[in-house]
Amino acid sequence: MKWRNIVKTAFFAVLFSLLALSAQAKTFVYCSEGSPEGFTPSFYTSGTSFDASSRQIFDKLVLFERGTTKTMPGLATSWEVSNGGTVYTFHLRKGVKFHTTKFFTPTREFNADDVIFSFDRQRDPGHPYHKVSGGAYEYFNSMGMPELIKSIVKKDDYTVVFNLHRPEAPFIANLAMDFASIHSAEYADKMMKAGTPEQFDQQPIGTGPFAFVSYQKDAFIRFMAFDHYWRGRAKIDKLVFSITPDASVRYAKLKAGECHLMPYPNPADLAQMRADKDINLMEKEGLNVGYLAFNTLKVEAFKNVKVRRALSMAINKQNIIDAVFQGAGKIAKNPIPPTIWSYNEAVEDYPYDPARAKALLAEAGYPNGFETNVWAMPVSRPYNPNARRMAEIIQEDWSNVGVKAKIVTFEWGEYLKRSKAGEHESVLLGWTGDNGDPDNFLAVLLSCDGVGSANRAMWCYKPFEDLIQKAKTTADPAERTRLYEEAQMIFKEQAPWVTIAHSVVYEPMSTKVKNYKIDPFGGHIFYGVDLED
Amino acid sequence: MIQFIIRRFFYVFPAFIGVTLLTFSLIHLIPGDPVELRAGERGIDAVRHAKLKAEMGLDKPLTVQYIKYIRGVVKGDLGKSFVTKRPILEEFLALFPATLELSVCAMTFAILFGLPAGIIAGVKRGSPIDHTVMGVSLTGYSMPIFWWGLLLILFFSVKLGWTPVSGRLSALFWIDTDTGFMLIDTLRSDEPGAFKSALSHLILPSIVLGTIPLAVIARMTRSSMLEVLQEDYVRTAKAKGLSPMRVILVHALRNALIPVITVIGLQTGVLLAGAILTETIFAWPGVGKWIVESINRRDYPAIQGGILIIATLIIFVNLAVDLVYGIINPRIRHTR
Repeated sequence: MKWRNIVKTAFFAVLFSLLALSAQAKTFVYCSEGSPEGFTPSFYTSGTSFDASSRQIFDKLVLFERGTTKTMPGLATSWEVSNGGTVYTFHLRKGVKFHTTKFFTPTREFNADDVIFSFDRQRDPGHPYHKVSGGAYEYFNSMGMPELIKSIVKKDDYTVVFNLHRPEAPFIANLAMDFASIHSAEYADKMMKAGTPEQFDQQPIGTGPFAFVSYQKDAFIRFMAFDHYWRGRAKIDKLVFSITPDASVRYAKLKAGECHLMPYPNPADLAQMRADKDINLMEKEGLNVGYLAFNTLKVEAFKNVKVRRALSMAINKQNIIDAVFQGAGKIAKNPIPPTIWSYNEAVEDYPYDPARAKALLAEAGYPNGFETNVWAMPVSRPYNPNARRMAEIIQEDWSNVGVKAKIVTFEWGEYLKRSKAGEHESVLLGWTGDNGDPDNFLAVLLSCDGVGSANRAMWCYKPFEDLIQKAKTTADPAERTRLYEEAQMIFKEQAPWVTIAHSVVYEPMSTKVKNYKIDPFGGHIFYGVDLED
Repeated sequence: MIQFIIRRFFYVFPAFIGVTLLTFSLIHLIPGDPVELRAGERGIDAVRHAKLKAEMGLDKPLTVQYIKYIRGVVKGDLGKSFVTKRPILEEFLALFPATLELSVCAMTFAILFGLPAGIIAGVKRGSPIDHTVMGVSLTGYSMPIFWWGLLLILFFSVKLGWTPVSGRLSALFWIDTDTGFMLIDTLRSDEPGAFKSALSHLILPSIVLGTIPLAVIARMTRSSMLEVLQEDYVRTAKAKGLSPMRVILVHALRNALIPVITVIGLQTGVLLAGAILTETIFAWPGVGKWIVESINRRDYPAIQGGILIIATLIIFVNLAVDLVYGIINPRIRHTR
């Protein structure tokens, strides 16, 4: 009887201490905006999918310093660039462990095989995993990786060499992007042998700060802090994504204490959030630009730089910031956002001056104006929350200088396709940066190669083109900065776009959340975040 | 009865063909290219665009695509999602328990309140109770769901803190969701308080989703009761000296229920189709929201498969309602 009592007491003592421990576990609840498309980052291009995968579960060879666009060593401790910028030799970090979960126990640490697997899967159509889960590697392809990478060679277990076809200065920044997440080759082999290769993409294994636990579509994603994370264990124990698509409901959950942080608040709620003493509203300029591109190839009037300058002066951008962004935006003067290195502060924007605009139009041979169209996107994007309203303001401003613009819109897919083909006269669009490199804006959106694809102004201007192409192959950051600064000056002079706005990203969170940093790429990263008791 | 059921099954086939044909035609009539949409502002080159279209099977003529789709359906293969690359049936079955659980609770709420309200209003015709019931049900029927849901959340969840704002279970409970029915899963789990949490999460969405069916049931019950109460057999029952309660519940209500059951059947079908707005407001992981998202993403297999399964369910619910008529009212026989 006595023994039975002792055992009973011991049992309850253990149980209570376990309960006490679990009560102390720090659970961070993030009210995310939607379900991820999946957990293999290289398949997708949406931030929602990256938040749930690459930003918590995986690491890359190179990482972005939290809260900045600066790169730092990740799974590679260092690298050398040789042979005129075409050979990158990466030295890999030793002692990095993959997650141990209910569905996989790794038998080895991270090594060169994992790097080779992660890239070969995307670039080699003959790779056994290339077609698994219907893989379409959109980001890898759209960043031009298949044309850039000649070969990837394993020199030894901890050295990998990337041979490129041509020098590419932004290559290191590209390797910090989500598609470059490093997967476990051992896990892939195991799943292939078991005949369940799709499981590799549904139950992810990485080396990142949080290990995947479970996911229910449209409901939740659960993660657990990884005890053996190479940068040290996360300060929170459990991370839950509570999927809540409606912004008003996310706000209600934040107020009710059901989540600690929410993304994408309604602009109309911002004032109330600021006034709430239990909510900390952080803000940062987004890595994006919203613009109006003139079709300089098709429209006679827009071939004339004076007309482009005049119409830039005719638009009251402050009015757009107030009416369309409801204050959650900043006037853009350059084609790259201020958070990107080489942003040229010295560039002067065209002032809002309808009288001068009218005079300039007359000088250009259009004293009575002309007729044109403005294409307005049918969807809301961070760089343009309401394109229709923006187009109406532009229409009104232009009519004041005699230019009559008709607003045109199409379904989003059609809009992209037709504007790519240059069917528009002027078009509203924008861009969100991928890797924090100026090349990612200037070359993608304004290079001669981009005409017929992302260059909606259909603008090919040799002095500008020479500068950005030279910068692409220059390794010295100071020289690249100088080249890009000059390119921005030329851009402003030539005015192929009216640069309209950079949005401001707001992140409302409970005051209990400590050490959160807004990611300039628009991601949500919870490593390094703590919760106050 | 068996003959009736067999005949109804034969009617189901043309309905299926109609549904598949209509869905297929409509989604291909909506402008928008799934490949271009996925590429977004980044764009995609012509060669890759063609390759991806071929992988999705969209390079073939529409008739070939339709025949291929129907062949798959016959074999029980509804295809794979363009977005998640997972089988449609698997995606649907993962979400359907949430929709079913919410629909059952909403309908239970609507019947429990709507039926008695309608009976009382019918019996006390012209009284203040009648006017109140009719007024409230008209308001309920006309209520914009989104506004109603947010109003309840702000009052009960944010201001009073009585109910959770959204979701199916508190984020603090990490239980296995084997069946997908949260009430069952939480009961099976060892976590104390999980069942209570699941139940409390059901309250507001059930009220919001059940509001319109409640209003419809109350109004239908009232008008049906008014009609039946005029009948000779009710007068006879009263003349025989039966208690008013017995007259109403046994003699009048049973006959008055026929149109009410029709309405309940139709409303259940609507609820099963997924309450898009309620699911969005309460972050309820059901099929309605999934289909709307699929339309926005031009995920053709998900739209086709989702609508086909839902149409099938509605057909079967209506069949079940027809069969229930006979049980409620023996005068109705499905002999021919």
